[in-house]
Amino acid sequence: MAEITLIEAVTQAMAYEMRRDPSVIVLGEDVGVNGGVFRATAGLHAQFGSERVLDTPLDETTIAGLAVGMAFQGMKPIAESQFDGFIYPMMDHIICHAARMRSRTRGRLHCPMVLRAPCGGGIRAPEHHSEAPEALFAHIPGLRVVIPSSPARAYGLLLAAIRDPDPVIFFEPKRIYRQYKEEVPDDGEALPLDVCFVLRDGHDVTLVTWGAHVKETLEAAEQLAERGVSAEVIDLATIKPIDFDTIRESVKKTGRCVIVHEAARTAGIGAEIAAQLAEKSMFDLVAPVERVTGYDVPIPLFRLEMKYLPSVERIIAAVDRTLAYR
Amino acid sequence: MHTVARFHIDYVRYLDEDGQLAADAPAFAADNAVLLDLYRRMNFLRCFDSKAVALQRTGKLGTYASCLGHEAAHVAIGLAMRQEDVFCPMYREYGTQFVRGVKPREVLMYWGGDERGNDFSGPRHDLPWCVPIATQCLHAAGAALAFKLRHEPRVAVSVVGDGGTSKTDFYAAVNSAGAFRLPYVGVIVNNQWAISVPRSAQTGAETLAQKGIAGGLHCIQVDGNDPIAMLAVMRDTIERARTGGGGTVVEAVTYRLSDHTTADDARRYRPEEEVKQAWAREPLKRLRALLEARGIWDQAREDAFKLEANAEVDVEVNAYLETRTQPVTSMFDFMFAELPHDLREQREEVVRWEAGHHG
Ligand SMILES: Cc1ncc(C[n+]2csc(CCOP(=O)(O)OP(=O)(O)O)c2C)c(N)n1
Ligand SMILES: [Mg+2]
Repeated sequence: MAEITLIEAVTQAMAYEMRRDPSVIVLGEDVGVNGGVFRATAGLHAQFGSERVLDTPLDETTIAGLAVGMAFQGMKPIAESQFDGFIYPMMDHIICHAARMRSRTRGRLHCPMVLRAPCGGGIRAPEHHSEAPEALFAHIPGLRVVIPSSPARAYGLLLAAIRDPDPVIFFEPKRIYRQYKEEVPDDGEALPLDVCFVLRDGHDVTLVTWGAHVKETLEAAEQLAERGVSAEVIDLATIKPIDFDTIRESVKKTGRCVIVHEAARTAGIGAEIAAQLAEKSMFDLVAPVERVTGYDVPIPLFRLEMKYLPSVERIIAAVDRTLAYR
Repeated sequence: MHTVARFHIDYVRYLDEDGQLAADAPAFAADNAVLLDLYRRMNFLRCFDSKAVALQRTGKLGTYASCLGHEAAHVAIGLAMRQEDVFCPMYREYGTQFVRGVKPREVLMYWGGDERGNDFSGPRHDLPWCVPIATQCLHAAGAALAFKLRHEPRVAVSVVGDGGTSKTDFYAAVNSAGAFRLPYVGVIVNNQWAISVPRSAQTGAETLAQKGIAGGLHCIQVDGNDPIAMLAVMRDTIERARTGGGGTVVEAVTYRLSDHTTADDARRYRPEEEVKQAWAREPLKRLRALLEARGIWDQAREDAFKLEANAEVDVEVNAYLETRTQPVTSMFDFMFAELPHDLREQREEVVRWEAGHHG
């Protein structure tokens, strides 16, 4: 079995599901012959033709609106936003229609669609190509939001997203698109859309993160281990709904929690996790919850972007602050 | 049944691919000084562009969007505008911007990952580069609305690509410009490709110019590789807009001779043969042919000019390369007129962090 990267796993999942389910189609800018600007749809046009893999006119409103239209007619569109920063014009259709079609028609119509977008910074990209808008979507009732952090989880979670009867926003951390390869059997096995993944067991502190920052967080855990600090690392994976049971179980054990995300701090997903811990795990905590995040500014252009993104050192410093409490 | 409205789209070209000038060319085409100025600017632009691509290839610049093949359209827009007009570019109109006073080093700073490129020394009221496609069209319409409401004889000019004309924002700009009868000129630089998507896949319309008809604008298609036609049309439409005669959609038909950006590989989706044919129509060659026929340009002058232009570009490149990175705190310092307390706290956190880790 071949080892594949995260982006190849994305392609593999789409291809699997397109073979299995003729109602699945892909649409977006440059997704056809070109195979997507990151190559996420590479080969799909050759395999499935222009009636299943559609290059749209250059308009995100068009892509999102067409996807809603096809979805409520029973197709399963996988729409692509070429970059995170171009997703905003899609929000009208996603928020006002996709997210509430089922609810406003009392179940008569629904939108089984996936909106895929690369997300995050750290690849020296131009302006508007490095954003982390997951919290904006998580705030919208009626949406599921997913961010995988490994090839295997990308495959399983994307399959689940496509099969899900409701709209799913699927962010792909572009910085780790090709970070490493692993074996991902093309067996059509989906992963659940409501659990997080414990990537490393530990008993001193719980580190919660997702997407590309799983990398820095695991590195921080490794360095902490060398100092005798045992960190549990949780990949949130499904940003909405969040699997709080697993997080609370972990915090019960460690008494400390540090949340790492690259999106801006205020009203980020870290705030939601901290609030849940305050509500339900207060007596398990021995230290205040820490957040290591981007700042409340647009991510700088690439000369300074690494100063914005949470680093291993910042994560370790936050852990050390929690360790000061006994 | 009877016809209630009928429309047509004119196509303008004065200088053909071989450098032959049409008999009905505008009067300025007889003015060698005007043509030499056009040619020198286009030539300089090409020197700059190839140097920028080379910088990217050697890791000294981030992703860069080349303007190769667009020189006539871009330079003519700049020459037709007044300094007090407002320019709302997309991301490759360096030729327009150089005419307006933006420095090559500022272009390089932007693509080199430094926000200070946007704080350029061109007209302070011009917009910076606009990556979210076509949004600048509506901002130009808004600027034009401001000019109209304040009774200022100024014109707002936006540039958008062929792909960008599919965008909701483009249609909204055209519609607003017609509804308010704005001093707005929306230039479509149709280079036949939107990354990998050909012009034919963007719309069923025969021309992109005709998209302005539904908004009630004047519409015209121009050979975008003909600098004389471009300058004539841009001057006419901008002055008509300035004097209350209404806005225009100008479709400049040209060709993207480069990859979409340095991050793209057009060989994946574009036939080499098409590119080869497009080179025969490129704008510099035909203007040079005319200048040579008039005896005001030759190989010696070309070589001397290139030497000079490259030296000038090198000065700019060095200035760019010597630019020191902004302090980390710069990410906070321009967020608001006055930094609110929450950002002040985050800024202090960063200052402490930097002091502890690098100080
Ligand atoms: C809203 C938005 N969607 C997608 C992109 C990604 N993108 C950058 S350039 C481009 C193609 C633009 O084509 P066109 O409008 O023809 O202009 P050209 O680059 O050919 O000059 C695309 C899809 C973007 N920058 N903005
Ligand atoms: Mg184009």
